[in-house]
Amino acid sequence: MCGNEAMAESAIQAGLDAYFGYPITPQNEVTAYMSKRMAEEKRVFIQSESELAAINMVFGAAATGKRTMTSSSSPGISLMQEGISYLAAAELPCVIVNVMRGGPGLGNIAPSQGDYFQSVKGGGHGDYHCIVFGPSGVQEFADIMPLAFDLADKYRIPAIILADGIIGQMMEPVVIPTNSKLTTQNLKLPKKDWALTGADGRKQNIVRSLWLAEGAVEQHNYDLQAKYRQIEKNETRCEQSDVDDADIIIVAYGICARIARRAAQQAREQGIKVGCIRPITLWPFPSEQISKIADKSPIFLVVEMSCGQMVEDVRLAVAGKSPVVFWGRPGGGIPTVEKVLEKIEQLVTRASSPCLHGQDGRATKK
Amino acid sequence: MMQTVFKRTPTLKDCPTHYCPGCGHGIAHRLVSEVIDELGIHGRTIGIAPVGCAVLAYDYFDVDMIEVAHGRAPAVATGMKRTNPDKIVFSYQGDGDLAAIGTAEIIHAAHRAEQLTVVFINNAVFGMTGGQMAPTTMLGQITATTPQGRQADGQGYPLNVSELLAVLPGTIYVERCGLCSPAHIRKAKAALKHAFELQINNAKGLSLVELLSPCPTYWRLSSPDAMLYIQNEMTKVFPLGRLKG
Repeated sequence: MCGNEAMAESAIQAGLDAYFGYPITPQNEVTAYMSKRMAEEKRVFIQSESELAAINMVFGAAATGKRTMTSSSSPGISLMQEGISYLAAAELPCVIVNVMRGGPGLGNIAPSQGDYFQSVKGGGHGDYHCIVFGPSGVQEFADIMPLAFDLADKYRIPAIILADGIIGQMMEPVVIPTNSKLTTQNLKLPKKDWALTGADGRKQNIVRSLWLAEGAVEQHNYDLQAKYRQIEKNETRCEQSDVDDADIIIVAYGICARIARRAAQQAREQGIKVGCIRPITLWPFPSEQISKIADKSPIFLVVEMSCGQMVEDVRLAVAGKSPVVFWGRPGGGIPTVEKVLEKIEQLVTRASSPCLHGQDGRATKK
Repeated sequence: MMQTVFKRTPTLKDCPTHYCPGCGHGIAHRLVSEVIDELGIHGRTIGIAPVGCAVLAYDYFDVDMIEVAHGRAPAVATGMKRTNPDKIVFSYQGDGDLAAIGTAEIIHAAHRAEQLTVVFINNAVFGMTGGQMAPTTMLGQITATTPQGRQADGQGYPLNVSELLAVLPGTIYVERCGLCSPAHIRKAKAALKHAFELQINNAKGLSLVELLSPCPTYWRLSSPDAMLYIQNEMTKVFPLGRLKG
């Protein structure tokens, strides 16, 4: 199965009630798959008139307590930002899948990681966060879906899956997680007593994001922030490999992490001690884990399919304790293992040079 | 012996509204509430408040309600109704919400024949933001953004959304009423009741009732004159009556 289909089937197995989406490459397999499978399951599928409509259909279904999702790719996700801000403000659980492509603008349909800032730092207006996952393969794309739905329900928050064109299109053997609702982590999901189900024998429920009373929105923000601190504490996920003795640590997520891992292994064969950190949640970001490793002063090499976005969070986590170097390719360019290895070798040479701290520039022409 | 001849209907909350004196929203709220109570659907109705003067409608309607982004009510309603076919879902939208920023959403909800009830308040002006031109603003009408009066050349013509929607196969009922006299208001209530009944009876398609509604504040008229303005002027551009169904 390709990643898009594996993810879609996993969402269905996780109890998806309704899917809403609008065609855009490179995630068209999702809408096609959903149109067939959701009908078989007698659940809701709508091809909406726009991404604006899709995210607002999600808003409606989520407000009634249903498990719901949409998927799109970068330009479509930009259109959804209004809705995502409202979902975050109204604290409605849902899942949004972004199979990223090259940007800005219409860009191209090649894989990219250029939407990191948009997903992790907010994207829409106001102070808010979504839980953001960065799967690195087809299996993980599928595995994350039930977890994303569960965490969205647990914290009443939108969850974003930040995949890319490779993860979406790549075919790999995959085992679809089944019967995962509530069982992934034995989460005790709270009852959705806030949902709009009709005020039959109870007080009226209201889902809203407007509070005009003085100080009310300020307080709402403090409440949201308190929730975000809880999520940071409980839900930060990352994978570390060979970090203990490493002189160089590559930080990469998604498909870049796979490429980086292979480069790190090849470097080890040459006797260069390279380790990897792969953030699985991009928000909350594994800052603490990175900070701990930074105490040992390795060189951090951040590899992204962008001009350098996640690198800013790595720098914040490292807080000047170690050098942080970036290398990446934007606009659909895909890093190769050879190129990453070359960067590692350059770092080894430069490690003896005193001017390393000035060399952490952004993407330049390869 | 005292006898109650007139009382508040339970779905309309017992509180003062924030609407201006002479505003039509109060009448429309009461009509919708009465219809909900008379049809016995209070416990299974979900209402959608727009962005605009009626954004706080959930403070007045005592049913489950949601407040949504500007113009997106028909999309939100679609998500709700498709996942909850047993619920009665209605959106309550003004002319800025439905006829300007939300044009795509209402047309496509109608085009998909969503089983929804839409209450469309047309007062020919953006009320909440300070009386700017709406798509439904009359030619020559003075607003905050048409200080010389709306000119067709450059500012376009009043948009007859209900007529547009009526030609779509997905609408089953479209009627325009005026909140401008007791007789008109009774007609409006009958239209609203029919629009809800269609959804209750599982009729396949969207029903919409447009209500020409007075805005004395931004029409710069007294309340009685605003009623007369609807009868004498607005109905020339927005003729009353059943457009479909």
